[in-house]
Amino acid sequence: MSNPNIYIPYLMRIEKIILEAPGVKTFRLKFENEQEADEFNFKAGQFGEYSIVGVGESTFCIASSPTRKGYIECTFRQTGRVTNALASAEEGDVIGFRGPYGNTFPIDEWKGKNLLFIAGGIALPPMRCVIWNALDLRENFKDITIIYGARTVADLVYKHELEEWGNRPDVKLITTVDPGGETPDWKGEVGFVPSVLEKAAPSAENTIAIVCGPPIMIKFTFPVLEKLGFTDENIYTTLENRMKCGFGKCGRCNVGEKYVCLDGPVFTNVQLKELPAEY
Amino acid sequence: MQTENYTIRKASLEKLFNNLVEKGKTVYAPKAKGKVVLFENVERFDEITEDYIVTTNSAKSVVFPRVEEVFSYKKTKEKTEISDASANSFPDVVLWGSRPCDAAAFIPLTNTFNRDYTDIIYNKRFEKILILTFSCSKCDEYCFCTSVNSGTGNTAGSDILFTKLSTGDFLAEVITEKGKLLVEENSSLFEAKPAESKEQNLANVKTYFNHEEVQSKLQNLFENPVWDEKSRACLGCGSCAFVCPVCSCFDIQDESHGGNGSRLRCWDSCGFSLFTLHTSGHNPRETQGARWRQRILHKFLYMPDQSKVAGCVGCGRCSRACPADINILDTVTSL
Repeated sequence: MSNPNIYIPYLMRIEKIILEAPGVKTFRLKFENEQEADEFNFKAGQFGEYSIVGVGESTFCIASSPTRKGYIECTFRQTGRVTNALASAEEGDVIGFRGPYGNTFPIDEWKGKNLLFIAGGIALPPMRCVIWNALDLRENFKDITIIYGARTVADLVYKHELEEWGNRPDVKLITTVDPGGETPDWKGEVGFVPSVLEKAAPSAENTIAIVCGPPIMIKFTFPVLEKLGFTDENIYTTLENRMKCGFGKCGRCNVGEKYVCLDGPVFTNVQLKELPAEY
Repeated sequence: MQTENYTIRKASLEKLFNNLVEKGKTVYAPKAKGKVVLFENVERFDEITEDYIVTTNSAKSVVFPRVEEVFSYKKTKEKTEISDASANSFPDVVLWGSRPCDAAAFIPLTNTFNRDYTDIIYNKRFEKILILTFSCSKCDEYCFCTSVNSGTGNTAGSDILFTKLSTGDFLAEVITEKGKLLVEENSSLFEAKPAESKEQNLANVKTYFNHEEVQSKLQNLFENPVWDEKSRACLGCGSCAFVCPVCSCFDIQDESHGGNGSRLRCWDSCGFSLFTLHTSGHNPRETQGARWRQRILHKFLYMPDQSKVAGCVGCGRCSRACPADINILDTVTSL
């Protein structure tokens, strides 16, 4: 049983570390306690607090799919005290994890629809969870399109998985890098995500768009989606507000009457438009 | 339970205090310290002052300490061991001399710590406090409890409410089972209820605004010059949040000494510029005006809308404590 003291993390052993891009790592984590592993459940879109005791906690999504049992994965960029401490951990080390927290992508409601994933930079991890969830239940969905961009080729995360998705006949993958970020052998697009999306012009008919990226990418992507005929209720995104507790008490992620940790992180564009612009 | 009324004489009040101390209770009461009066741990009745409107600090720290250990740990290269701080024993605390506004503040505070997820440490502390409130016979220009649906003789949140009568004796209104138990344990000190009414002994706090009207106005005031105008002097020091009996925003920080240490839940404030700052440098509330707006909206709009509880009890502490003389009443009445 999870501890009734909501501040106590699960102890998780780092089973595998993958260097995804400069300063970006993926950890595969396994529960130290088998009973906790058996009882643990989460859904696509949820997040947690990852910690090194003595240093602190940091908030990231669960980047692996709930269809893959027995472990969770997280992908993070080294930017602060906690992420630097996490980055210096080695395979076999034990870290803390609290969660899962937050709402989920309503993937069950998307049966029979086309899915369009649009991600930028380090925002592919929250989407990777949904992508694998959908791919593991492939027969439930029609066309799956992934548009992913990063500043440079080196900054693209999950390079092996991008290759795997690119090779699958049942996935349409478009990768792009910002102008100047390409290498001589780069075979993808060159350009910003919104313009690559406009050029690809996926049909809005029976399609759900899931968009994750830096605020500037979101700002220019939504108008393109609108132009392509996507309605607000069919556009989903996640908010990434600063958090400490993850359970609606510390006050940081309060936006209007919502708490991103409780009412989000997944929002439709309808819900987003109802929030004050404070995220 | 139905309120039971008694009379308790001044001398009996002192006996009641001594009985509580003898029983090993930790008593927090108003104690004069230079020019301020603070809720502090007291052991003698004569340490308590009666000469205060409200204390400078609020009483929230008895259930929500400024720094609370949530767990401790021991870490070696091979193993990390975590000790749950909620398994600690928490003290039997008597809060003596709270005002009706202090007592009322435990309602929103308890709601926050139980909403969606239960904070077991908060609840364990809360179960062990006995709240003995004293009505207000004095008020000042900072008090506005009557504007937030409370009042100088309100019983909400208290276990017993004492009101000083013209005779110098006290009316004791016993509100909860915890209060009733105290009366039963000290039955010789409680006498038949007085003839004198409570109301004539209460301070008269002016009503400055209607809470529901403010709540409804705030629905459409997110973009308004008032937030910048009223917060221009703000230093972002967080004093308002630290003295507020309802404010409960916190930070989580680790403290380590070699391989040992603890994780701590520490008071924080939405008035601090770092409060919402993202690692990327993006800050959803970039200006002090946006932070002041958050403070007002959270208390007067979001909390009442979400949980049907007001986020302000009108004690006026924030305005008294503000080094820049920003007055919450001034902002709310100018909307």
